[in-house]
Amino acid sequence: MFDSQSTPSKLPNRPGVGYKPQHYADLIEDPGTVSWLEIHAENYMGDGGRPIAQLRQLSERFPISVHGVGLSIGGEGALDADHLARLKHLVDWLNPTVFSEHLAWSTHDGAFLNDLLPLPYTDATLQRVCDHINQLQDTINRQMMLENPSSYLAFDESTWSEPDFLREVASRTGCGLLLDVNNVFVSATNLNYDPRAYINEYPLECVGEIHLGGHDEDEDDHGKPLLIDSHGAPIVDPVWALLDHTLSLSGEKPILIEWDTDVPDWATLHDEALRADAALAKIATGVAA
Amino acid sequence: MSVTQSDFRGAIMDGGKDRPEGLSDAKGHPAGRRFDVYRNNVAVSLTDALATGFPTIAKLIGTENFNAIAGVFLRQSPPSSPMMMHYGEGFPEFLEGFEPLAHLGYLADVARLELAMRRAYHAADAEPINPDALSALPPERLTELVMTFAPAVSLLRSPWPIHAIWAFNMQDGPKPQGISQDVIILRPGFDPEPHALNAGAYEFITALMAGGTLGAAAAVATDDAPNFDLSATLGLLLTGNALNSIDLPS
Ligand SMILES: [Fe+2]
Repeated sequence: MFDSQSTPSKLPNRPGVGYKPQHYADLIEDPGTVSWLEIHAENYMGDGGRPIAQLRQLSERFPISVHGVGLSIGGEGALDADHLARLKHLVDWLNPTVFSEHLAWSTHDGAFLNDLLPLPYTDATLQRVCDHINQLQDTINRQMMLENPSSYLAFDESTWSEPDFLREVASRTGCGLLLDVNNVFVSATNLNYDPRAYINEYPLECVGEIHLGGHDEDEDDHGKPLLIDSHGAPIVDPVWALLDHTLSLSGEKPILIEWDTDVPDWATLHDEALRADAALAKIATGVAA
Repeated sequence: MSVTQSDFRGAIMDGGKDRPEGLSDAKGHPAGRRFDVYRNNVAVSLTDALATGFPTIAKLIGTENFNAIAGVFLRQSPPSSPMMMHYGEGFPEFLEGFEPLAHLGYLADVARLELAMRRAYHAADAEPINPDALSALPPERLTELVMTFAPAVSLLRSPWPIHAIWAFNMQDGPKPQGISQDVIILRPGFDPEPHALNAGAYEFITALMAGGTLGAAAAVATDDAPNFDLSATLGLLLTGNALNSIDLPS
């Protein structure tokens, strides 16, 4: 059994960035305020070559967070045994500081759809998610953190609120939580609730890492805003404000800037990290958010 | 009303299917185009993965055609694992059987070349032999030499000038001539390189890869191509760090 209360945060309470190979030289030369890196597990499951060599070198200099995007923890079917073994292999040789995955599914009936697909929050899905997290944590022999999704729609059959569902998962499995503040903002806008109320209900004591990223704006059939998680744009001001609100309740946390598509130059990415740094500094010096 | 993942997946992959019931905007309206976000995410991300993996094919047929063809392929062959670095293993065979492209007979083999480059990129590292090790061997026993190849190395044989087509599109190479080409994929460092092979070299390397001796492989090659250039071919293998062991069986 893993204890979510005792080990929620092993990363430094500093800004980190999602690692992109085009930033390798900049990072090695001067990472600035960036104190740790996150990688997508599936990109480092080859047998060798440049990706593995770069990761080996980066891991000697930075704490590494391994973020899985393909396990399909919310899947109806059994977890993919081959993929579990690949995750174990990666975690074993790299020995990352933390490992995280998503409250979502992506594989069904042997097809991997390369997207984080939603699940209803019911007693049955709760049990399934907990079973899969237990299986993963036993396989890699360490605690994982589970990330809240961006939602575009709601399931009529859901009986749990998302914060309650996540709290229950953490308490049953001992997993930690990865709180994506942009995802909260996107979901709250799309599903018409107050993002601050969500944060107020959220089990912040289990949070070992915060994600921040950009989203795109669209509209639904009724002309209502439909925000789409894209990780391809700057973080908007209301999300920075929601981060301040979160930190005022949680205290300092490791904060990751996620920018995965239309990846900007290093200076632009580093500016986002500096802004996260400023948000952390406000908390450290006790300035109210 | 429970939405199964089978329903969900079915409606994602088939835009003509009704969206599953039981999904809403949290204000009592059916999800409508909110569901299409997932349809779009899946199609775009898989199309992008194919375009990244097969840039020469995308250039040869144009982005619009490529995206349309990728849309057909991804629905009939979605990834079978989360290892996106392997996605598109079946794309060459798909191109081969895709009627509207039948007039571009070379596409499948060019796709095979790109697939081999991608495999080489992720292949296991191997310590190359020191070229001096070859000259240190007793010359009279060289014909008995056997060797093993780095995991990144592979061979392709095509009735089309696939190397020239690749080089013309990706490296500003000269206009391809209508010839057949044998190609070896080498990875001297971290970047895979395709090299066109001279006559006999494909037979020579194939024999060596099968465990044959240098003498036997050279004989097969000369049999096929009397002008086979042994030293140029060995030179290519050495500079390309293709060999990770040489041995004189006792
Ligand atoms: Fe995230």
